[in-house]
Amino acid sequence: MTDLLSGFPSLQAFLLLAAMLFCIGVWGLINSRNAVRVLMSIELMLNAVNINLMSFSSYVDGDLIRGQVFTVFVITVAAAEAAVGLAILLSLYRNRVTVDMEQFNLLRW
Amino acid sequence: MTIATTTELICFLVLSAVVVLGALGVVLLSNIVYSAFLLGGVFTAVAGLYLLLNASFVAAAQILVYVGAINVLILFAIMLVNKREDLKAIANLGVRRAVSGGVCLGLFALLVRVVVTTPWNLPGPPAVGEEATARIGEHLFTDYLLPFELASVLLLMAMIGAIVLARRDVLAKDVVTGETADQALIEKARTPLLLERRSS
Repeated sequence: MTDLLSGFPSLQAFLLLAAMLFCIGVWGLINSRNAVRVLMSIELMLNAVNINLMSFSSYVDGDLIRGQVFTVFVITVAAAEAAVGLAILLSLYRNRVTVDMEQFNLLRW
Repeated sequence: MTIATTTELICFLVLSAVVVLGALGVVLLSNIVYSAFLLGGVFTAVAGLYLLLNASFVAAAQILVYVGAINVLILFAIMLVNKREDLKAIANLGVRRAVSGGVCLGLFALLVRVVVTTPWNLPGPPAVGEEATARIGEHLFTDYLLPFELASVLLLMAMIGAIVLARRDVLAKDVVTGETADQALIEKARTPLLLERRSS
């Protein structure tokens, strides 16, 4: 038992946590009716990816830490994505007076 | 097992429990304001995980950008579009949820298999630890200089785009009556564009 747990917060543990967070995010993305909750699920998925990058950077690439640089870029892109996404949501709400994802069929052919 | 590794283990277990339970709450709770605050808790716990991974700069950036900016932005969006509406019932909702849950579980099983069976190249080179912030700065101004500048252009574009998308056009004259529009009441209620077009 002690041998199993000796290096326990290991790379695999972090990767499993990130995989779980990503799957929860995907489920929420598919099943949410509220458009704001869809944006929240996207943020959850981005955080899962960031945990992956950070754990690889710490365990596999400890001297160059390129994963941390990538995480900084992902955080930047996530901020831009949230701002534009919420602006689109506001303009949709202004035109449709609803946040129900089932009603947004403007692009359906 | 020394006391340092035990502490690290306990911290990891607590933080991952907060992350997973908080994420489930974000997805499953019916009140969206609770979801938004739980999302802030998840972001903070992820910052704690970064501290466990010897990355103090990225942990600080996570707190500043995610908790300080994105979460507040989401709360503002909830405030602006907060309308109690009864969502129309759709057929086969339970089936839909079960099928997507099955797909997500399958994805999770696939990822678990990859994580467990891949022979990772461990242990890697020794971690730089506290030097990480200086190393990130070196990276950003040498081999990642172009992506860094592109990120600043991207942020500028996102800022302008968000302003253009969220802005409400204000006309000097009322289109219907021809009178001068009351500029003090820009936020007055009006029927939305698509509803007008659909009803006529």
